[in-house]
Amino acid sequence: MIEVQDVGFTYPSGVEALRGVAFTVNNGEFIAIMGQNGAGKTTLVKHFNGLLKPSIGRVLVDGIETKKTSVASLAKKVGFVFQNPDHQLFSETVEEEIAFALKNFGFEEETIKKRVTWALSFLELKKYRKTSPFMLSGGERKRVALASVLAWNPEILILDEPTIGQDYKQKEKLRQFILQMQTQEKTIVIVTHDVEFVAECNPRVLLMTEGRIVADGQGKNILANPEVLAKSSVVPPQVVQIFSRLNELELPKNVIDLYEAKDLLLKKLEKRLR
Amino acid sequence: MVIIETKNLSYTYPGGTKPSLNDVSIKIKAGEFALITGSSGSRKTTICRCFNGLIPHFYKGELEGEIRVADKDTTKHPTFEMAKEVGLVFQNPENQLFALSIEKDVAFGLENLGVPREKMRQRVDWALKLAGIYDLRERSPHEISGGQQQRVAIAAVLAMQPKIIVLDEPTSFLDPLSAKKIFEVIHDLNRKLGITVVLVEHRLDLTAKYADHIIIMDKGRVCQDGNPRTILGAESTRLIGVGIPKATLLFQMLAKDGLKLGSVVPLSSDEIAQSLLEAIKPHD
Ligand SMILES: Nc1ncnc2c1ncn2[C@@H]1O[C@H](COP(=O)(O)OP(=O)(O)O)[C@@H](O)[C@H]1O
Ligand SMILES: Nc1ncnc2c1ncn2[C@@H]1O[C@H](COP(=O)(O)OP(=O)(O)O)[C@@H](O)[C@H]1O
Ligand SMILES: [Mg+2]
Ligand SMILES: [Mg+2]
Repeated sequence: MIEVQDVGFTYPSGVEALRGVAFTVNNGEFIAIMGQNGAGKTTLVKHFNGLLKPSIGRVLVDGIETKKTSVASLAKKVGFVFQNPDHQLFSETVEEEIAFALKNFGFEEETIKKRVTWALSFLELKKYRKTSPFMLSGGERKRVALASVLAWNPEILILDEPTIGQDYKQKEKLRQFILQMQTQEKTIVIVTHDVEFVAECNPRVLLMTEGRIVADGQGKNILANPEVLAKSSVVPPQVVQIFSRLNELELPKNVIDLYEAKDLLLKKLEKRLR
Repeated sequence: MVIIETKNLSYTYPGGTKPSLNDVSIKIKAGEFALITGSSGSRKTTICRCFNGLIPHFYKGELEGEIRVADKDTTKHPTFEMAKEVGLVFQNPENQLFALSIEKDVAFGLENLGVPREKMRQRVDWALKLAGIYDLRERSPHEISGGQQQRVAIAAVLAMQPKIIVLDEPTSFLDPLSAKKIFEVIHDLNRKLGITVVLVEHRLDLTAKYADHIIIMDKGRVCQDGNPRTILGAESTRLIGVGIPKATLLFQMLAKDGLKLGSVVPLSSDEIAQSLLEAIKPHD
């Protein structure tokens, strides 16, 4: 569980990046944080593994206040994948990159081997086992960064922009993985601009603007509300855009799922067309 | 007129054992808005590096076949010469910026071309405004966010007003509204100034509607090449894992269930909404 209690954060430069942020993430929850560039999304999630400590207020991870503990002791519980993988990768080969944290956490040799192999095959990186991460494409490097964190199976997973550079198939895999994590009561927080990905997942959505949370609710309620989205520079998903142009059909307002949209349209149109 | 043409182009990175590009033959016409997509690692970035001569001048390796861009054989012209014709916006903007201020970064290419001061001033300001970073012009490119760096990289290319702009996932760090605006600016330049645009993107929901031409890459080969409506409307394209726009998918799903919305495959929410409204109009 992550408890964010009236948190404010000001960078040494004087930028007030978070103001009066308060919410709770329960175990097994899946949350997407969205909002305009500079809204404070990355600053907020860096509070979840203690990389940043609040200037005002408190952040508690499983009841432990982040100010009173070290990043190192939170690291095993909270896995963090940075927005830009280049800020995270440093090893000579993909394999070593993935093994690094596992070694650090003192896993046994056998376990390390198994986990590395699992992560390589899950993220379709097997053929790059011995390749330098820096030879890979942007999307592949992002997957190496993801693999190195998934490998140690943290309780809480923070992914900053996980779908950048990923094709549809990789995104679908990520979605399936997140669903599987949820069944294991693991907590997943993603920061993302990928509206269509969020529409497919329908997680709880937090919208941020200028350091504040301006909306908090189920994806289908938030993403289908163009006025609220506009304040955070988020464009509604395509299904919502389509429905909003079909006012005269009197369709329900909170539809973000493609299959649901299709069924509703068929029902409406069958009557009209007959 | 064809402005980019490759014939049986194959390329192996230095030290590589297998070719990264395999027998690629494509033609992009002047004034076109071409969209390149394909799975992660399918060599989209690699082909872009060929368009402005980074391959083979910077990335040595082994290049076979032919490539002509703006009537020049890129293998015979140094990259600074190609830069007049082709502007490339990299996937990772950090690697592209080096000057002390954003403004200087944007002016850099023009200085190299020896553009007169007054004209340079105008072009730089024009580009900064189009990219939405005029107010940031005196900041250092290294103390701004990834999204803003992407805008700087775009402005730097726009300022050159090249014949061809190649953009490699140029808005991945930008919020959805900013990304939408940038794509609109690029589309506008394509329509109004006739600049040829080559855009690499996965998120076709945002971009398919602008494209005249789509090229899909798979493992270093071209696996589809042609009209966006034909290609994105084909079942086979969905099966290779391309992120088909939701509007197009909805059209296909409705057709499968017996609701045919005409013969033009929609690529945007506007287009499918239009067809749906037509379908329910009372017939007389
Ligand atoms: N290291 C830093 N030093 C000073 N200011 C920063 C730093 N990182 C971010 N900021 C500022 O804090 C605000 C929030 O940034 P960030 O959390 O990165 O936003 P987001 O992830 O939503 O784009 C912005 O105004 C940004 O310029
Ligand atoms: N500098 C390089 N040296 C060697 N191989 C490279 C280099 N850059 C890219 N590659 C090869 O090309 C592959 C990715 O190609 P890329 O064009 O970046 O794909 P995409 O842009 O479609 O994701 C990498 O997996 C790697 O095998
Ligand atoms: Mg961020
Ligand atoms: Mg790429």
